[in-house]
Amino acid sequence: MRANIRRLSRAEMAAKVANDIPDGSYVNLGIGIPTLISKCLPPGRDVILHSENGILGMGAAPAGGAADLSLINASKEPVTLLAGASITDHVTSFAMMRGGHIDLTVLGAFQVSSLGDLANWDTGAPDAIPAVGGAMDLVVGARQVFVVMEHVSKAGEPKIVTECTYPLTGARVVDRIYTDCAVIDVTAQGLAVRWMCEGMSFERLQSMTAAPLLPGIG
Amino acid sequence: MLNKVTASVHEAVRDVRDGATILIGGFGISGVPTELVCALLDQGARELTIVNNNAGNGKIGLSQLVEAGRVRRMVCSFARSSNPLEPNAVAFAEWYRAGRIELECVPQGTMAERMRAAGSGLGPFFTPTSYGTRLADGKETRVIDGVGYVLEQPLHGDFAFVKAQTADPWGNLMYRNAERNFGPVMCMAARVAVAQVDAVVPLGTLAPEHVMTPGIFVQRVVQVGGQA
Repeated sequence: MRANIRRLSRAEMAAKVANDIPDGSYVNLGIGIPTLISKCLPPGRDVILHSENGILGMGAAPAGGAADLSLINASKEPVTLLAGASITDHVTSFAMMRGGHIDLTVLGAFQVSSLGDLANWDTGAPDAIPAVGGAMDLVVGARQVFVVMEHVSKAGEPKIVTECTYPLTGARVVDRIYTDCAVIDVTAQGLAVRWMCEGMSFERLQSMTAAPLLPGIG
Repeated sequence: MLNKVTASVHEAVRDVRDGATILIGGFGISGVPTELVCALLDQGARELTIVNNNAGNGKIGLSQLVEAGRVRRMVCSFARSSNPLEPNAVAFAEWYRAGRIELECVPQGTMAERMRAAGSGLGPFFTPTSYGTRLADGKETRVIDGVGYVLEQPLHGDFAFVKAQTADPWGNLMYRNAERNFGPVMCMAARVAVAQVDAVVPLGTLAPEHVMTPGIFVQRVVQVGGQA
């Protein structure tokens, strides 16, 4: 009889990523589960959050709803600044992203390929209005790119694939994938499984993944 | 005497011609020069190319320009809303789906850098952003030392409309919080940069080492609102 599989919740996925972010990192968080990461950073760890519109050292949403719309994040929501924050123009802000100064970005995804190709900006729907924002700049420019997403889509389709069918955001850009079932590194040898959730077997994980996995634990 | 202060927003946009390219500052709702865009609506120029990050926020300003059929082409990084409760760029979406307006979707950093190139006297430049994606379709690419690059063109404006907090008569600008965003680079990249500001202060008021956009990049300043 198969053991019960205990998949991670969205908050647990965010906490797992947060725990792996080193002290002193400059980090850009994408929309969705990545946004939750800022709320579960371990105490005593300085992680400096960047927002593409020029903010470095972004804090939480303002308390009491006193919204100043001149100070918003990439999702256009009001934010606060930490002591030590700075604000720049777009050219400088994107130099941080494109020039390899951001240590890490954590993004959501529709699909990731075994080579680390990322599709997260366009579903390819014929009537969709193409809108890329800063995603393509970030994935080629950040030193490390982590993806955090459900292991399979709502329809049960694997999101880790040999080749992305959705339009690419960047080719060979992803370093590590966190899902509700596993943590997987994109390596030169292939997709190496670093961690599996409670009750998960390698065979079961492979059956939920449309690209070959390497039992890379240890 | 050098004095770039213009009496009104209408005066500031008087000579925008049909077919002009206008760089409009702002990211989301932060730093949008709404009064200048509304003045352009009254002014009447048509067949415009608009460069703006978001293709309109809310119903006022750029969305009205789109609805009035005045924009032929939009250059944007993010021409849609990610928030269904507060939809942006609704007018643009209707016109785009009806095939009545063109869209050039540009990665945001490439958009900023193309304007920096225009403002800095550079020609086309290679960037790895968008290499291997469909936004590189039709563009020259090259692999240099194992890295794939896309050739991108400078992006010039006939006009730039930006919002700043404070200006002096020489056009030196200071911005509030994250309203700076595209302002400085758009001023550099345009032949005529127009800044709408909350306040005009006397020469010598702004600390020179704190000036965010030096006046050489700004041709017109117009105060908007009651603050003197």
